[in-house]
Amino acid sequence: MQYGPEVMNNIANPRNSGVMEDADGVGQVGNPECDDVTTVYIKVKDDIISDISFQTLGCGAAIASGSMITQMAKGMNINDAMNIEREDVAGRLGGLPEKKLHCSNMAADALKAAIEDYKKKSA
Amino acid sequence: MAVYFDNSATTQVDPDVLEAMLPYFTEKYGNASSLHSFGSEAFAAIVKARKHVADLLNASPREVIFTSGGTESDNLAIQGAAFHNKGEKNRIITSVIEHPAVLNTCHFLEKCGFDVVYLPVDEEGFVSEEDLKEAVNSNTSLVTIMAASNEIGTIQPIESLAEIAKDAGALFHTDAVQAVGKMPMDLKNSHVDMISISGHKIHGPKGTGALLIKEGVKIRPLMYGGGHEWGMRPSTENVPGIVGLGKACEICMSKMTEDIQQMTDMRDFIIDTTLDSIDGVYLNGPRENRLCNNANFRFDYIDGESLILYLDMEGIAASTGSACSTGSTEPSHVLRSLGLTPIQCRGSLRLSLSRFNVMSEAEYFASVIPSVVEKVRAMSPLGDKKNAIRS
Ligand SMILES: Cc1ncc(COP(=O)(O)O)c(C=O)c1O
Ligand code: FES
Repeated sequence: MQYGPEVMNNIANPRNSGVMEDADGVGQVGNPECDDVTTVYIKVKDDIISDISFQTLGCGAAIASGSMITQMAKGMNINDAMNIEREDVAGRLGGLPEKKLHCSNMAADALKAAIEDYKKKSA
Repeated sequence: MAVYFDNSATTQVDPDVLEAMLPYFTEKYGNASSLHSFGSEAFAAIVKARKHVADLLNASPREVIFTSGGTESDNLAIQGAAFHNKGEKNRIITSVIEHPAVLNTCHFLEKCGFDVVYLPVDEEGFVSEEDLKEAVNSNTSLVTIMAASNEIGTIQPIESLAEIAKDAGALFHTDAVQAVGKMPMDLKNSHVDMISISGHKIHGPKGTGALLIKEGVKIRPLMYGGGHEWGMRPSTENVPGIVGLGKACEICMSKMTEDIQQMTDMRDFIIDTTLDSIDGVYLNGPRENRLCNNANFRFDYIDGESLILYLDMEGIAASTGSACSTGSTEPSHVLRSLGLTPIQCRGSLRLSLSRFNVMSEAEYFASVIPSVVEKVRAMSPLGDKKNAIRS
């Protein structure tokens, strides 16, 4: 199986990876059975995602997807960021093997969960 | 540094093997069945290669059937024995730890109406003699158990298993694709009836292999055609490939003792330093009765694929037996058969050595692995809950 250059670039240099202790919103999704997990942390200022990071226990595609979604969402309005679709992540990575799509879905879902968490906390 | 530690997947062709093969593509291109000098040149080369293969396994040349590789050898042995005895004996016994070349052949035989028994293995991957004794009966045509595991290196007690088969009147086949060259194999002084080998695992060319069939053992061929390989494997011989396989066996034979020592030293160094220098790492497979070229670990908190990718970035080529079960690969059936959960299997790393590896490569690996593991673990959101999700 092979990953494209954009995927490999994000695996070699994952952007925004690591825990964020003082996050305003945290979203964790995964499959508890095989313990794939992706977590997205956000800081929000005036409805704008001012800082973002991710962690994952997953394959290369999961790492690349976490790295990609954090780059996509940074600086975005939270309501716009809610509209980032699962397919957008794989698309921006230049495509993923069919069997690896669930890995990028985790990243998109974790971002949505983080925004919802923020909204709930700030409501 | 470029370090190739994936020799159980395939090996580099020995330069001497390549050199031996080349003339059979260019000037010595005859068909071994032809009567002219081109033909006899090719024929002589095959005779010589057959002798080298036979010598490595202490067999006679007449017992060597050249094939296209380990997969074909396994198919020929298993289907050949099953269909030859069909109607009279319908049981085939194998183990859950076999390579897909054996397992999927057995699944096919089940669909054909054969009664296939899959013996379990213990937590180190060993088949038990007691289990085999219970499973064999007078209806058993074949027992097929691999000599050594491609994933976790477990060396099976082939000789005693073969004796049990013999006592029950069944044939015994072993897939020795990973074992050959890494431990002595002896067809003559053994109860084993058939041995599969593959060229590309021993520095020979891909697409070459052999099935050794002990004199007097009768099986049915897979294909029908000319009389090549005594009718057991018709098709004009792959002369360059056969020459390459023969040369690879000749080299294996002459270097085996020192090769085994060298690989054992590197393997032990890798196992000891990895277990000592990293927390949450376990050895898959046994410490004793283990292939001299195999190390297989599982790391808590790590996805095997990410580990492979980051090791590759450090110049180290290795492999994993698993990925997450929702992902591209089901967790390895071998690791699962040891009683490991999918979660435990996912962070597995296999390193497999060859005679072309040197100790400085093992030392380089030892110097790199702790930081690579740390890097991947730092990326994991479960880092502070280790014990909650792991046994
Ligand atoms: C134990 C075992 N059996 C059979 C095979 C198949 O051999 P080949 O690739 O030559 O068909 C392999 C190689 O992957 C193997 O490791
Ligand atoms: S995280 Fe499961 S295969 Fe990618």
